[in-house]
Amino acid sequence: MEYAYYPGCSLEYSGKPYDKSIREVFKALGVKLRDIKDWNCCGATMYVSIDKIVACSVAARNLALAQNMGCDICAPCNSCYTILRKVNRYLAYDPEMRGKILEVLKAANLTYDTPVDVRHPLDILVNDVGLDTIKEAAPYRFDGLKVAPYYGCQLVRPEHHFDDVDDPMTMDNLLTALGADVVPFASKVRCCGGSLMTTCEEVALDLNNSILKDAEDNGAEIMVTACALCQMNLEGYQKKINKRYSQKHNMPIVFFSQLIGLALGVNPKRLGLQSMLVKPKNLKLIPKGMKVEA
Amino acid sequence: MPSIPPIPEPKRQREADLREAFLKEVAGIPAGEKIKNCIQCGTCTATCPVSRWMDITPRETVALFRAGMLEEILESRTIWICASCYSCTVRCPMGIQVTDLLYALKRLATDKKIYPSRFPAHALSDTFISSLYRFGRIYELELGLRYFLKTHPLKLLANIGFGLLMIIKGRMAILPKRIKKANEVKAIINRAKELEGV
Repeated sequence: MEYAYYPGCSLEYSGKPYDKSIREVFKALGVKLRDIKDWNCCGATMYVSIDKIVACSVAARNLALAQNMGCDICAPCNSCYTILRKVNRYLAYDPEMRGKILEVLKAANLTYDTPVDVRHPLDILVNDVGLDTIKEAAPYRFDGLKVAPYYGCQLVRPEHHFDDVDDPMTMDNLLTALGADVVPFASKVRCCGGSLMTTCEEVALDLNNSILKDAEDNGAEIMVTACALCQMNLEGYQKKINKRYSQKHNMPIVFFSQLIGLALGVNPKRLGLQSMLVKPKNLKLIPKGMKVEA
Repeated sequence: MPSIPPIPEPKRQREADLREAFLKEVAGIPAGEKIKNCIQCGTCTATCPVSRWMDITPRETVALFRAGMLEEILESRTIWICASCYSCTVRCPMGIQVTDLLYALKRLATDKKIYPSRFPAHALSDTFISSLYRFGRIYELELGLRYFLKTHPLKLLANIGFGLLMIIKGRMAILPKRIKKANEVKAIINRAKELEGV
């Protein structure tokens, strides 16, 4: 099993712990990630706001670079994932636009004839590797840990790609398989505001406050995300939210890959856990087979 | 009964131009033409997590478009408040691609330079793509600095502490990382603009 890895700009720095833990988890499970050489920014939600042909062409350079690698792309950032999939969809839909984008790619001596599928690591881990394999490979469990899985928007919308748009279960099932106690969490696909944290802070703070409150009200000790921007919004702005709304949020927000990594026995430092702003507490790893007293 | 004054001529011409440009954008969106099926049920507005901060709701956007008031839509904060979470898109009973239509409106606004007053949210896109053009990737530190300097310099001061914390935690780069073939990205952007005539 191998994939063409597209980390995206966020995972180089602000989402570094996500990048580190994805690489460690894939390595521990024997799945090969080959970096797409010299990839560029996908343009995110920003370039589509300015020009569609430019936006699609810039993103398509990455697809063109990946096409000769002979495997699906693995894109952990929800925004990159959505944009790259969208470009594939647009190319298949509109022959005129396809012609234009292929013409534009020629300026960089690139072609893109064979569509490359773009996958999210959560999809790969659960549907290609499989829950049973992960369970078997993991020497530790999280029995009793109360977790709220937060999917965000662009992982499941606009397409029904690998999970439900309203009530996705992939991350729930993964965490349950590792023994965690997944709490009911209606806000699991409620928007964190994305880049509104920069352009319209009062809106984004309000959205994140209500998501954090929902997780707390349902007894979560920790929240788990699958997107670098969601993670940053939920973790980095808790102090501001507390001040503005008189709250006492102190919720650790980790990447799902960090938890799997711990269960697989990877050193926490290699998973970037020391870079988190809110330290995860009560992360008791229980050796598999050991009974936990209630 | 007082007669309704006719729409002034310049406004009508401007509206016609905007409409033509918008419909061209719509034609390039998969299932974009479904906008004409809108039944004004308001599901988009109800499901939108940020509609309560919008001056025109998503449902009203379609109504205003039908009434020939595209310019009013472009002058509203609505299209820049949309965080593109796609809730409306997946829930619309008529299959309208609301999020993609709002993107088409963002492009129209950028192209025609019609923005809401005292609401510079659109400036983030400009700053973002300038980083992409020069480095091939996003240089987060510069993105934040330039955006806040351009829009809310005071917020820059308020965010310095957070920026430093991220640098200490190894989650923000001080210097940019340029890709090897940044020229390829430039060539792609230039060629695409040439083809589009922009």
